[in-house]
Amino acid sequence: MAALLGRLCRKLVFPGTTHGAKRLSTSACESDTVKSLNLYSAINQALHIALETDPRSYVFGEDVGFGGVFRCTTGLAERFGKNRVFNTPLCEQGIVGFGIGLAAMGNRAIVEIQFADYIYPAFDQIVNEAAKFRYRSGNQFNCGGLTIRAPYGAVGHGGHYHSQSPEAFFCHVPGIKVVIPRSPREAKGLLLSCIRDPNPVVFFEPKWLYRQAVEEVPEHDYMIPLSEAEVIKEGNDITLVGWGAQLTIMEQACLDAEKEGISCELIDLKTLLPWDKETVEASVKKTGRLLISHEAPVTGGFGAEISATILERCFLKLEAPVSRVCGLDTPFPLVFEPFYMPTKNKILDAIKSTVNY
Amino acid sequence: MAIWFARSRNIVSSLRQNLGLSKILFKRDYSHRPVFKNSQLSSTVFLGPVKSLRHESTAVEKQPDLVQLSDEEDAQLELDFPGGKVGYTSEMKFIPESSSRRIPCYRVLDEDGRIIPDSDFIPVSEKLAVRMYEQMATLQVMDHIFYEAQRQGRISFYLTSVGEEAINIASAAALSSDDVVLPQYREPGVLLWRGFTLEEFANQCFGNKADYGKGRQMPIHYGSNRHNYFTVSSPIATQLPQAAGVGYSLKMEKKNACAVTFIGDGGTSEGDFHAGLNFAAVMEAPVVFICRNNGWAISTHISEQFRSDGIVVKGQAYGIRSIRVDGNDALAVYSAVRSAREMAVTEQRPVLIEAMTYRVGHHSTSDDSTKYRAADEIQYWKMSRNPVNRFRKWVEDNGWWSEEDESKLRSNTRKQLLQAIQAAEKWEKQPLIELFNDVYDVKPKNLEEQELGLKGLVEKRPQDYPPGFHV
Repeated sequence: MAALLGRLCRKLVFPGTTHGAKRLSTSACESDTVKSLNLYSAINQALHIALETDPRSYVFGEDVGFGGVFRCTTGLAERFGKNRVFNTPLCEQGIVGFGIGLAAMGNRAIVEIQFADYIYPAFDQIVNEAAKFRYRSGNQFNCGGLTIRAPYGAVGHGGHYHSQSPEAFFCHVPGIKVVIPRSPREAKGLLLSCIRDPNPVVFFEPKWLYRQAVEEVPEHDYMIPLSEAEVIKEGNDITLVGWGAQLTIMEQACLDAEKEGISCELIDLKTLLPWDKETVEASVKKTGRLLISHEAPVTGGFGAEISATILERCFLKLEAPVSRVCGLDTPFPLVFEPFYMPTKNKILDAIKSTVNY
Repeated sequence: MAIWFARSRNIVSSLRQNLGLSKILFKRDYSHRPVFKNSQLSSTVFLGPVKSLRHESTAVEKQPDLVQLSDEEDAQLELDFPGGKVGYTSEMKFIPESSSRRIPCYRVLDEDGRIIPDSDFIPVSEKLAVRMYEQMATLQVMDHIFYEAQRQGRISFYLTSVGEEAINIASAAALSSDDVVLPQYREPGVLLWRGFTLEEFANQCFGNKADYGKGRQMPIHYGSNRHNYFTVSSPIATQLPQAAGVGYSLKMEKKNACAVTFIGDGGTSEGDFHAGLNFAAVMEAPVVFICRNNGWAISTHISEQFRSDGIVVKGQAYGIRSIRVDGNDALAVYSAVRSAREMAVTEQRPVLIEAMTYRVGHHSTSDDSTKYRAADEIQYWKMSRNPVNRFRKWVEDNGWWSEEDESKLRSNTRKQLLQAIQAAEKWEKQPLIELFNDVYDVKPKNLEEQELGLKGLVEKRPQDYPPGFHV
């Protein structure tokens, strides 16, 4: 087990920063300072900036007061006070309901659900209330100031209830947005966009990357636009689409594929709802092949939505069926995690079979 | 804002005189003794007040100890635990599942509309009393006419507040217009009080172009930001934790206002009831929770809903001050809500009110309650325990209302309603674009595509679609 963890616990550094820096949505001056940060620190920075720039913003959830179980909320209570940064009782439906009430009064409620695995008690509040708040009131009311943050995804030892990827449930709900960052720099900019977006947003943070991912993150206040996918690696033979921690695995598969002469185009979807169909469509029209990879179980996963849409739009351009390399249709297992996961080699095999179809 | 009370006396003895009149359907035997060996169970465990309730402020009556300690020496020794010091006893004693006596119900008017001697209550001026009565009667007429309109097929759905007019109007009258109301769905009287017109009610029921909700929800799902009345949603109790958040916001903004939220007896079984009360208490949010205990959740009687002494006893479990009030007594409801509101705002804390009442009407137009309850039970409450008649008697006894006023009000309101319905029915429909707006603040690409697609479809096959929805 230790060996397994050792293999999995490599520090992941993101070399694409200078390339990525060009894609910053806000104009950044050349002399802007950057700092090497991991994911939880980048998120922490975003939260500090959010609370600093809007005095009517609040951060709350279980254990956020002392800094949170993943340290994302470190220093906030000390800096902004317990009236704005506070622990809540252990009750997800209460946390989100309370957040909706705050947001409905024009505040920014940045709510933390301790693990995405525990978001379900709040599902009613999210789906029946938050998502429909503006629509059902004829735009007299809205809870756009609500942002729900939750750590999601495999962590190596999480089992059923500390590893889930529930994004697909939420992508089926008109009225909310679903955003998943792939790296520290992306997380900070995307989270600030989510917080400031006038719609309720669910922001899933890949917990695997909280410490593992380190990247140069600009220290200033910047936002990365929602509903804009990014081509993080250009290629010609096959398009790969993913989000969150899975992208680092896909990136490695792409590098391996390149050694075998296959040119891969890798797209980070970032926002799953509403998702950027145009970018994926343009890419698949160029490459003629699509592979989607996510940790969540394959059946009914968000990959199915992407596959169906691309099929509708790019049918005649496709050289092969759309491939999905995803989690198995089982509860997330503990000892079987290495078998369950959509690994680099599973993706590499799928790339090759798609290209050789 | 000084609140003064009429002559105070022992409320308990006053209430005892009147308890004989009440016919509570919920039958429970509170006299049983649990069986334990070798124990000296205290039989004096109770939750209610026994001492005289003379008070001149909104200070809480000191509750007697929950458990009487039998061993004095043990009582002096205390243990430290997270949560503070707690005394200990070597006598093993379980707190009974219920107290020997139910929490009494606060009331001011007897069934004949006369003020019970020596009642505590906040006096109501003639102007206020007449307005309250008029609105209660208006609500009755509105409910009757809209119900009939549904029966005639003119609107798709309706639910009445018959029997609960006092809760609706008296609570609204006790609040300030800045207090933010989060209703369940049987509180249109609160909106009526605040100035929502009969035309505006009709527009929502017809979902026409003038409906502020833009025709998106079923009838009775009113909402008005102008009147600080959050839009009704069908899921039960979801508004309760939201009310805690609203209250907290008002507290942080230092507003002289509170959140007021309503729930039925059935709704208190939902997890959101627990969530809402607990959050409001922990966050010390100014929220008034008003539970309309009307005995029925569709066909489920309260005996199938909980095993506690109603809802009022649950407040203490959350550290929330609570009161049980006769929900059919407009003056009692007014006083209780007014006091609760003051406490909530000045002390920045939640308060729970359980208003006892009866749902005279069916659950909704989709329900026929004679299928699960006796028709004469319904009749009894409709005729003998009618909150509107009861308040009317008091108002008339004061010389503030007459038979002439009554018939004028009812016929005028009826006329106005029929006109409002006719107008609402003829009003233009919502434009088709409103199907796609407001899902988000700005329409996303997928909705733009779907809107285009649907427009094309409607142009191609107009006969497939209801007429009048302009593209």
